[in-house]
Amino acid sequence: MLRIEDIAKTFNPGTITEKKALKGVTLHLEPGDFVTVIGGNGAGKSTLMNSIAGTFPVDRGKIVIDGQDITKWPEHKRAKYIGRVFQDPMMGTAANMQIEENMAIAARRGKTPTLRWSAPVAQREFFREQLKTLNLGLEDRLESKVGLLSGGQRQALTLLMATLVEPKLLLLDEHTAALDPKTAAQVLSLTTDIVHKRNLTTLMITHNMKDALACGNRLIMLHDGKILIDVKGEEKKHLTIKDLLAMFEKAAGSELNSDALLLS
Amino acid sequence: MDLIIPTISQGLLWSLLAIGVYITFRVLDIADLTVEGSFPLGAATAAACLVAGWSPIPAMMAAAFAGMLGGIITGILCTKLKIPALLAGILTMIALYSVNLRIMGKANISLLQVDTVFSLYAIPGLELSQMILVIGLIAVIITAVGCYLFFGTEIGAAIRATGCNPHMIRANGVNTDITVILGLLISNALVALSGALVAQANGFADVGMGVGTIVIGLASVIIGEVLFGTRSFKNCLLSVILGSIAYRAVIAIVLQMGMPPNDLKLFTAILVAAALSMPLFQAKLNKRKAAKD
Repeated sequence: MLRIEDIAKTFNPGTITEKKALKGVTLHLEPGDFVTVIGGNGAGKSTLMNSIAGTFPVDRGKIVIDGQDITKWPEHKRAKYIGRVFQDPMMGTAANMQIEENMAIAARRGKTPTLRWSAPVAQREFFREQLKTLNLGLEDRLESKVGLLSGGQRQALTLLMATLVEPKLLLLDEHTAALDPKTAAQVLSLTTDIVHKRNLTTLMITHNMKDALACGNRLIMLHDGKILIDVKGEEKKHLTIKDLLAMFEKAAGSELNSDALLLS
Repeated sequence: MDLIIPTISQGLLWSLLAIGVYITFRVLDIADLTVEGSFPLGAATAAACLVAGWSPIPAMMAAAFAGMLGGIITGILCTKLKIPALLAGILTMIALYSVNLRIMGKANISLLQVDTVFSLYAIPGLELSQMILVIGLIAVIITAVGCYLFFGTEIGAAIRATGCNPHMIRANGVNTDITVILGLLISNALVALSGALVAQANGFADVGMGVGTIVIGLASVIIGEVLFGTRSFKNCLLSVILGSIAYRAVIAIVLQMGMPPNDLKLFTAILVAAALSMPLFQAKLNKRKAAKD
């Protein structure tokens, strides 16, 4: 479903702040693959995600979704295939607009907007049904401004919006990191529900090793702009944090020293 | 007492400018200084057309079209060429000064000898000042209803979302360059139309009549929001229109109280600065209150 061939990205090339964020990443995802991505700060997780989403162009390599080469496509054009949930709960929704208006925009993701009425009454029942699946009571608040919702509610809504039109690829960029532990757990369980029920091809960055091990059928670990560890299927099912640390030491030749990864 | 009708009618004519400024400043979240050029651009275009023998409606359509072009130029400067929006607006504004002189051929055109929208469609028995009120009311109703309907469409919603959260709308497949340009285009068309109406009401178009228009627009938007609320888009549109009238009323009152007309711009600037900084003072006040409790 997703084919990434040897992509590289350097920020501020030729200056003292030069940062080689990705140094040649190759990754193939089968349809229905649910891949968790971990790695320390500066490992290139978010750069990988943003390269796929098209936030910036890559320096070399190729990105192919469902046989379509999208390497040169601008961000908004890629949205046709990609659903996204950001780390910042504020980024996925428009705060000044109603829940209904936000969902209406998501319901036509990838289509050129026209002069038809944006949030027709006929769609309301559909939106209400979809919101019910979140179990947050949002189905009774269609006309509330999204800015009135909590971070967790907004993230759940963003997740729903990202999957309202079935994406060929779902990108989740540490989408529970900014939430309190209880809300994070709720949003995560909602995520696995949606991904499994609809069999979505998904790439999920997380800073939480436990989540990375518990979710999905494949785990990759980025280190210094490259994929260091790639575990899938049966092997992933039985993987423990200890195994992961041992694999890291062997592969990187040093101990893992990322507090964020180890403490969570 | 005899100031009431002119105050309201001026407020109505200028409220098109206020709606234009609202679209950029609040909806798109851009402070667009193009306004200072597109307001006299509308006046100049309409005046030149009228003097050339055009009838008022086509002349005003030409003015709105010219305003659109001004908006498109600022839009291209700030999206495709990545020039910061504030600077992009300043560049277009300065460029339009020369363009406006070219259109008029001189710094000032009198419209006293030609038919304007107010004289051509005059209703028997109504004075000019009353005609300005009637035409102003019609123009404002058409504009407000048109804006309300347009910003409720898919394209309109995309423009609103662009100002609110460009990341979100891009992630949903909308090209934000296009929505920004569209927003600026609509805004400046309305501003130019306002300029065309004001020129006809005042009986002249002047190359210098754009000075301070952005501040007048902002003053109307802010006064309207504070006095009449911001609950919904409909409410905001109405607030901005009433804000424009309220601003004219404030000006009429301070002039009556003896303020020299030359100090008007200083007064307006202080008014806007005070209104814009109000949230900050409110927050500080609340903090102090909370600390006391």
